[in-house]
Amino acid sequence: MRHLLTTKDLSKSDALRILDTATQMAATQEREVRKLPTLRGKTVVNLFFEDSTRTRISFEAAAKRLSADVINFSAKGSSVSKGESLKDTALTLQAMGADAVVVRHWASGAAYQLAHGGWLHGSVLNAGDGTHQHPTQSLLDAFTIRKHLAPGGDLSGFTVAIVGDVLHSRVARSNVYLLTTLGAKVVLVAPPTLVPVGIEPWPCDVVHTLDQALDTYEIDALMMLRVQRERMTGGGFFPSPNEYSRIFGLDGDRLRRLPDHALVMHPGPMNRGLEISAEAADSPRSVIVEQVANGVAVRMAALYLLLAGEEAAQ
Amino acid sequence: MSRPIVINNAHLYGDTVASLLIEDGLITQVADTVETPDGAVVIDAQGLVALPGLVDLHTHLREPGREDAETIETGSRAAARGGWTAVHAMANTNPVADTAGVVEQVYSRGQEIGLVDVYPVGAVTIGLKGEHLSEMGAMASSKARVRLFSDDGVCVYDPVIMRRALEYVKTFDGAVVQHAQDLRLTEGAQMHEGEVSAELGLAGWPAVAEESIVARDALLAEHVGSRVHVQHLSTAGSVEIIRWAKERGIKVTAEATPHHLLLTDESARTYDPLFKVNPPLRTQADVDALRAAVADGTIDIIATDHAPHASEDKDCEWAAASFGMLGLETALGVIQKVLVDTGAATWRDVARLMSEAPARIGQVDHLHGRPIAEGEPANLTLVDPKAAWTVTPEALASRASNTPYGGIELPGRAVATFLRGVPTHLDAQLEGAFA
Repeated sequence: MRHLLTTKDLSKSDALRILDTATQMAATQEREVRKLPTLRGKTVVNLFFEDSTRTRISFEAAAKRLSADVINFSAKGSSVSKGESLKDTALTLQAMGADAVVVRHWASGAAYQLAHGGWLHGSVLNAGDGTHQHPTQSLLDAFTIRKHLAPGGDLSGFTVAIVGDVLHSRVARSNVYLLTTLGAKVVLVAPPTLVPVGIEPWPCDVVHTLDQALDTYEIDALMMLRVQRERMTGGGFFPSPNEYSRIFGLDGDRLRRLPDHALVMHPGPMNRGLEISAEAADSPRSVIVEQVANGVAVRMAALYLLLAGEEAAQ
Repeated sequence: MSRPIVINNAHLYGDTVASLLIEDGLITQVADTVETPDGAVVIDAQGLVALPGLVDLHTHLREPGREDAETIETGSRAAARGGWTAVHAMANTNPVADTAGVVEQVYSRGQEIGLVDVYPVGAVTIGLKGEHLSEMGAMASSKARVRLFSDDGVCVYDPVIMRRALEYVKTFDGAVVQHAQDLRLTEGAQMHEGEVSAELGLAGWPAVAEESIVARDALLAEHVGSRVHVQHLSTAGSVEIIRWAKERGIKVTAEATPHHLLLTDESARTYDPLFKVNPPLRTQADVDALRAAVADGTIDIIATDHAPHASEDKDCEWAAASFGMLGLETALGVIQKVLVDTGAATWRDVARLMSEAPARIGQVDHLHGRPIAEGEPANLTLVDPKAAWTVTPEALASRASNTPYGGIELPGRAVATFLRGVPTHLDAQLEGAFA
């Protein structure tokens, strides 16, 4: 694996290798000394064109625990409005000798362009590009589901429902492909206004109310997506936050309709009271906080396989 | 006076073989063989197709305002190399071509350079803002003799403004040239809305945003009895609407670009902004429908929508990049590839699609798109349909290099272009004849 850009291209064996490696990484994090020497001498750049403190510190922690040198490069704003272009930034990082670039960008495709533009030689790890993909988020989601429901196995026979703004969600896009590759059935739950036109080839079902999803499927994991308030008011994607909550929100009643073993997930940050009630977020079924911890292990695995994978294989 | 030129054994319109004599800017003889006058330049045109000089109804020359992307001079050279003898320069310059002063300047600069006749298209509304009609009458009666008006790049969106424009241009028998795009349905749009955009996470530009405006404008043109020309048709649905409108007798004409006849939205998977264009590249089904519509005459003409952009406007994130691609030098090769070599059209059809019909719509048919016959102006293009070439972006004459065809082989090209008998482009092998 040279880059990690999208889950669509990830084979089942690659995905399982990342998850297995993440399991090993997680085990090392139980030790007293959590730092591994694996990536000593390697430089990892966190290149963030969009604010995301959570994702950045997760990658930073992952890289540091592998003993890599970490440079945080915050390049806010678009290349049109201000600052230097993606190309110039890439050339700068190349000149500084980045072995891996973790990139978060507001533009769909920016990670792909960095990897294929011929501007830099290091590995590119997509930490979220526009409304396209966020592979490590879906890997940590898969890791979390697997840990609870299918230790050591794949996700065959499990059903995962993803609820919310699918149209603008890189988390949904990443998960649809990855979870399906791992054998799970994916159900998207969203108002028709937030389902992309052209979704037909996606390997998943689509329903338009959470109740319908709860009635129709035996859901093993329920993933609530963050809904941005501005999509309701200015965007006109649906009438009001209240109506959204009523039809798509996970409240106590709906929580109790899930099977006993079902997991409640959220990529964060949550809008409590909008897409998820406090009761659901804080319930024993919620693995939301654990997802954050698992994120570090998965990102360690991804960095390790990108940067040390070939050496390790020899 | 310039030396007489004899063109021997050319395939006129890809059909009959004949020889031509050009003197003083005119075709003075068309015959099986012509006698070579003293001092004449002789061109052996065996295997070459002679077409009337090509006429582009849709060109962006960027001057004034964005001379870093293209100038009237570099664009004229690109046009001559592509086989064109006339181009219609769109109004979205800076300042906008919405006054007699700007259109006269553009027209004169074209004449001064002399490689191609540059006909300015006037803006429909002041500053392309869609609010107030520009002084179209002044542009029409200016030295530039403007007959086509367009806010190209932006749709004339307000139906009342569109109606008034359609009515107003009747004064001088002009036509409104529409960039059909519902603005509300395409806010922030990046590419064709469909399966590829859904996967790539790029905001969609739905087909209906074009089709609804095409339908509206056809109905408006019918209502007020005016002529409307629809630019860069890109969807199968638009084709159906144009077909319907023509059957109904509405005075509507339509164009298709070479890129919409060859490329699809699949190319966006590279996230390479060279493939970002407005209207966007559509699906294979749309490409097939457009080709069929060109073949059956529903679409009247091929136009390039040649849109040069400086490298910094393309070497960036897809969403930050400008819309548009070069087209003047590659159009003929692409059209040969998608229409002639596939049997969908003959060279005779190409003469109609790329010269005669655009000259008529642009009302320059007294000078361009004329028959290859005695007494006619010697505006001619010689095409070598066997001269395959691989497109090298940096080698193009345009100042910009944003072609989507870099590295692609095209089957043929213009090897000579004559404007009023003067060679404006000569392939290396023909240059010797003029030495």
